[in-house]
Formats: sequence, C-alpha cells, structure tokens
Amino acid sequence: MKNSLKEIVTGFGSLVTGMKITLGQFFKPSVTVQYPHESLKMATRFRGHIELVRDPETGKPKCFACKLCERACPSDCITVDGAKLDGAKKKSVTEYMLDFTKCSLCGSCVEACRDGAIRFSREYNLASTSKEQFIMDLFKRLEVESQEAERLQATVNSQAPVPEANTAPPSTASAPPLSAVPAQPAALDSQPTAAAK
Amino acid sequence: MTQALSNLFKLLSTEPYRLVLFLCGMMAFVGLNAAYLVWVERKGAARFQRRPGPTEVGWAGLLQPIADAAKLMSKQLIVPAGVDTTLFRVAPLLMMSPVLMSLAVIPWGENLAARNINVGLLMIFAFGSINVMAIMLGGWASRNKYAIISAARVVSQNVAYEIPMLLVVITMIMVTGTMNLNEIVQQQAGAFWHWNIFRVWVNPLMPVTFLIFYTCMLAETNRAPFDMAEAESELVAGAYTEYSGMGFGVFFMAEYANILLGCALGTVLFLGGWQSPIGVFSGVVWFLVKMYFLVFSVVWIRWTFPRTQFYGLLNLSWKILIPVSLLTLILSSGMIKLLKLFHA
Repeated sequence: MKNSLKEIVTGFGSLVTGMKITLGQFFKPSVTVQYPHESLKMATRFRGHIELVRDPETGKPKCFACKLCERACPSDCITVDGAKLDGAKKKSVTEYMLDFTKCSLCGSCVEACRDGAIRFSREYNLASTSKEQFIMDLFKRLEVESQEAERLQATVNSQAPVPEANTAPPSTASAPPLSAVPAQPAALDSQPTAAAK
Repeated sequence: MTQALSNLFKLLSTEPYRLVLFLCGMMAFVGLNAAYLVWVERKGAARFQRRPGPTEVGWAGLLQPIADAAKLMSKQLIVPAGVDTTLFRVAPLLMMSPVLMSLAVIPWGENLAARNINVGLLMIFAFGSINVMAIMLGGWASRNKYAIISAARVVSQNVAYEIPMLLVVITMIMVTGTMNLNEIVQQQAGAFWHWNIFRVWVNPLMPVTFLIFYTCMLAETNRAPFDMAEAESELVAGAYTEYSGMGFGVFFMAEYANILLGCALGTVLFLGGWQSPIGVFSGVVWFLVKMYFLVFSVVWIRWTFPRTQFYGLLNLSWKILIPVSLLTLILSSGMIKLLKLFHA
C-alpha cells in the first residue's frame, strides 16, 4: 500500500518533469532549415567536386597546368590544358574540364597538386536533369567567381556593410559567393509539402 | 458587446429560431474547431519538436485544414466488397452526431446555452457512450479482422475508463448537488479559489479528482498516451482501416470534436466555466480561454508521453484510477455529511 502510493506520487512527479521539458522546448526557436529556401553551410572539410583556387593577388588561377592531377586521376575525369603567356615565367591554365559523372571524389588530384591550386568546393546542391550539366568547366567557373569577387569588392569599397546572402555557398573572404555555374539545384520547383493526413 | 449578443440571443430564444440557430452555430463551431484543432495539433507537435510545422499553405499554414478537407472530400469513398453497407456508412455519422447533441447543454456563457436542461450532465454521458458503439460498428461493418480487433480494444479501453469517469462525475454531482451545468458554473462564481478544482474544504482530494477526470477524458477520446486503438505507428488506422475519403474524415473530425466536448465539460465541472478567475468580466471569453488551454494541454501531453501498453492502460484504470476515484467519492460524501451536521 505504502509502496504503491509512493509509486503513484513519484510517477506523477516524473510525468510533470517530462511535461516541463517539452514545454521548455516549445518556446525555443525551431531548428529546421527550410531546404529549398535556405541551405546549410557545409563544413570546411566537406568534399564536394574540385574547384580551382584563385590567387588573391593576381585574381588568376594558381594552377600552372602541370597536369599532375590529370595523371593522378584514376578515372580520367580531368582534362587540363595550359599555355605560356608572353612574359610569364610559368605556364598558366587555359582549360580545366572536370567530368563529374565519372568522378568518385577520391581526392587523388587534390593530394597530387603541389601548389594547392585545386581544392574541394563546398557545393552540394548538385541535382540536374541532364548529364551534360556535370561536365564542368572549372576555368570558366573561376572566371565568373573572380568577376563576382571584383563586383563585391567594388560594393564593399563604395558602401561599408554588405549583407551576405543567407543562401550563398560558403567561401573565404578572397573568393566570395558564387552562384554555381554548372549546377543549378533542380529541386527548386518541387518544394516538399508536408504530408496531409 | 457580450451584453448586446446575449440580448440578441434572448430575442431569438423563441422555439424554432433557437433550434435552427443552435444547429447552424454548433455545426459551424464544431466543424471549424475540428478542422483547426488539426492545425493546432500539427503546429503544436512541430513546436514541441522544434520544427516550424505547416508553413506552405496560407500564412503559417493556416489554410492547411481547408486543403486537407478538400483533399479528403475529393477522394473516392470506397466501400469494400462484403461489408455491411448501411452500418459502414452510418458509423461515422453515429460518431459525430452525439457530440453535436451533447454540446447543446454546454453553457458557453451565462445565457449562451442551447438547452438549459436540469439533467444536462446525465445527457452528455448518455450520448457520450454512443460513440464507443459507433467505433465498434465501424470496425465490425468493415469486415476486416484488424479493424474488429482494434474496435474491441477501443471498447475495452472505454469501458475501463468509463467507470472512474462516472465515479468522478458522481462525486461532482454530490458536491454540487445538481446536474444542471449552468447551475454548476454559477456555484463557482467569484475568483478562481471558488472553482470546483480548488473546493478542498468539501474534499481535500479535489485536484486529484480533476486529474482523474482529465486522464479518463484522454482515454475516452482515444488520445495519446492512450491511443492504442489508432496507433499510427503500429496499426494502419485501427478501427478505421477500411475507411477512405470523408468517411475517415468524419471519424477524424469526430475525434477532435470529442476532445473539444471533453475539455468543455472539464471546464464546466472543475474550472468554473464562464466565470472569470479574478471575479470580474465573466463571460464566454473565459470559457474559451480555459477550454482551449485544456485542448492545448491535450496536445502537449500527446507530444510528451510515449504510448502506454495495453495492460499498462488497464492497470492504470483498475488499480489506480478506480480505487482513487472511489476514495474521493467516499471522502467527499463523508465530508458533505459532516458539513451538514455542523450546519444543522
């Protein structure tokens, strides 16, 4: 009798504790990221497809077309071409194609690169309805990125605070946001709707 | 405003108008509530789990219930081969209509009740027992063994919880001395310590009595944590397995309407109905505030506690609720006798 009474009281106490906890959660902000409308920033070690690294001083790619990455690639995804420009000491890259349909993201190319001229991008919105979308011209991608950077730099110089878009992919200060050239998320038009009962 | 409204209702209190008014008003109220309680449920569930909940249809997902209703209504009403067609179609209606009738005696405000009859409480429980039968009929008419088993579970659950519920109600009738709901509310006039839940000089276990009533209300309406009858994660839809479209929709709405009725009854019996907690500005607003607080707590409980097991449910009823409610019954009858002796 005494025990069962005690059980009722302690059991009720634990119910009240549980309800307190859930009510606490009720008033905390929601943690959902409404995916098609907003997306998460990927961690710095996220391994997306590779991208060329821009030299912040010259604004040109660091790559000098040594083709080590091309050789390191086990599935022949990378095609690099370079030319020696007039007056330059080194060759510079003129074409850098990545066939992402074959890439297994093994990272051998990044490892092989001696100069840190390629790195993993943090792009993950990679859905498309056509295969051609995944044959990426990384050189062109970097050029667009440079233009964006210059434009942003100009606005930074003219007016101090620039609100950075929430949806922009993460990037370092030297290579600011770039809306993906090759891969537009195809999921944008099909927003997930909560399943109605 | 409230005064003007109540004057208008007095004017229209002649017989045919009153009936029609009540019917239209109650059906609209119950329909809207049933629809928007689904929204409250989903939004509440989301908030308790720190999600945003429905956001896409309308502002804050407010048009979601309408979209759901349109979806359910546009679906085909499948009547499977071999079912008892009449019972199969009648069961959802049989579940919905007792709620509408029971709401006739709920005093929403001082003069705001469709019928102020002397046996209102009795009437609610008389009609309240019909919806168990409706679920049983629905499950049985479906000609589906899972639906029948599930319906049997509903019946055993409801029978088990009807007993403590009625014991609590008998206690309340003894304490208040009337079955007229409006009179019960009027007895609780003044500030909140006059409410029946705090009437500890009649029965020191009055808050416990309220908790028993509340628990039984959850079990009677098949709400979590007592929703074995329609355990979404385990059974398809319990007794409603074979129902589609609006047949299911009506069952679904009736469940929410039952919750509404249970919360309204809890408000009337224990929380002072339309009486204001501070003693002034009594009116229908306070009734709605209290009722919706109870409704919110029902959602709150659903998203806090895991589903009990069936024997846990029956143990709770037979080993805890029934003895304790019997104790409160005996205690309050003794106290009433003593009080009478003192007064005499």
